[in-house]
Amino acid sequence: MSVIVCDHVSKKFQRHAAQRLLREHVTTWWKHREHVDFYALKDVSFEVKNGESLAIVGANGAGKSTLLGLICGLAKPTTGSVAVNGKIAALLELGSGFHPDLTGRENLYLNASLLGFTRRETKALFDSIVDFAGLADVMDEPLRTYSSGMAMRLAFSVALNMEPDILIVDEVLAVGDHAFQQKCLERIHKFRSAEKTLLFVSHNSSVVTEFCDRALWLDHGELMMQGDAARVVAAYEGQPILSESV
Amino acid sequence: MWRGDYLFLCSNLILKDFRLRYRHMSLGVFWSLLNPIVMMGVLTFVFTIMFPNGIQKYPVFLLCGIVPYNFFTVAWTAGTTSMVENAGLIKRVAVPRFIIPLTAVISNCVHLCIQIGLLFFIAFIFGIRPNRAWWWLPFVWLMETFFVCGLALLSSGLYVYLRDMRYVVESLNTMLFWLVPIIYDFSAIPQRFIPIFHYNPLAALIFAMRDVLLKGVAPPNSLLINLCGVSFLTLGVGFFSFQRLKTRFYDYL
Repeated sequence: MSVIVCDHVSKKFQRHAAQRLLREHVTTWWKHREHVDFYALKDVSFEVKNGESLAIVGANGAGKSTLLGLICGLAKPTTGSVAVNGKIAALLELGSGFHPDLTGRENLYLNASLLGFTRRETKALFDSIVDFAGLADVMDEPLRTYSSGMAMRLAFSVALNMEPDILIVDEVLAVGDHAFQQKCLERIHKFRSAEKTLLFVSHNSSVVTEFCDRALWLDHGELMMQGDAARVVAAYEGQPILSESV
Repeated sequence: MWRGDYLFLCSNLILKDFRLRYRHMSLGVFWSLLNPIVMMGVLTFVFTIMFPNGIQKYPVFLLCGIVPYNFFTVAWTAGTTSMVENAGLIKRVAVPRFIIPLTAVISNCVHLCIQIGLLFFIAFIFGIRPNRAWWWLPFVWLMETFFVCGLALLSSGLYVYLRDMRYVVESLNTMLFWLVPIIYDFSAIPQRFIPIFHYNPLAALIFAMRDVLLKGVAPPNSLLINLCGVSFLTLGVGFFSFQRLKTRFYDYL
């Protein structure tokens, strides 16, 4: 069964999106506006089956984050369709929704509710989330006193404990100390062996080949290649100069 | 897409606003009271000593205008800017968008309750006691909250595309201070302008408050019907335009 189906997905952005003042709208009202469009994604199609883990590789600005945004339902594709089947936990950016002046406990509750936990679930899972993050002593301290690694651990721990069907990780493992990274990798292994789906964005090819069966290579919004992770990563890393010169 | 617990999310977002506002204030909730007390004091001085107007229980009369006005302006402004201020959230988490301006408005209700407490306290000092007409107060306040929610949905959606929307809202608020009967009474409004005031929910709320608190009678039915109608209409218009506007939030935030 496919849990994610992207069917000829394109996402167009307009460069004049910077035009956000009334003055600009008024002064260009009668003029023919030159729409400078660019495609963050061009006709991308792929499927992810249940229990599969897929890596997305590509240079900065290749459209990886846009693609994840579409899958998470943050935006709609300009053309094509994205269908997702299952509960998603996305770690797109560290601690989205965290506030530095709230305590760790308050941030945990807020973040859990944003991800879609109910109050009862949050209470039940509270201890295991804190334990996994290893932050039991500092839960009542404001988040601004945490190091960035500690804040990341909290965010990651909340998302992992949500028991999602689909886990989306956007290059966040890079933070966190060695011990926590090991713990996360173990957890992701366990997650994978439970037949859950993993979507993984990373520039670290060894992590990609370790975790992922398949990979997508995006370049300037186009799907260059998809298939076996090791092969795609090799192809991607083999041609960095070519993609720069386009 | 997002199948979470709306109530839990709302309560957390409201608690967040409340905590952030009061955590670093030594006098805490007192700051919510300072503004209406100062306004009441200054305006009472001006309009009973400098320009005597003969209105009975003038401080209560004033607060019946200041409290709704304060709520309206603060909640509307907070709602308007909420989408842009929470851009980080909108671009990263698939929470239903309309929750953001709604909670921005609702967290101001906490403020409002504190200020209503002050109003009741001052009314008590002036010898006003509750009666059956007071049951109308929760109803008119609920309608007012619906009205502000509708406005906030509309303006917060527009603010994403038009970043000077905020100044429009602020100017409208300044204008409203004079166009809404805060310092003057209903009787001061010329006959031909009265219909306009009737369809302004903020003015309607102030009239209703004064009817209940100062005269001890229920607000007239025509006023209640207008208030209801305009509030639900605004909420509907706000909600549907927000649904239209939200499709491209991601591109513009």
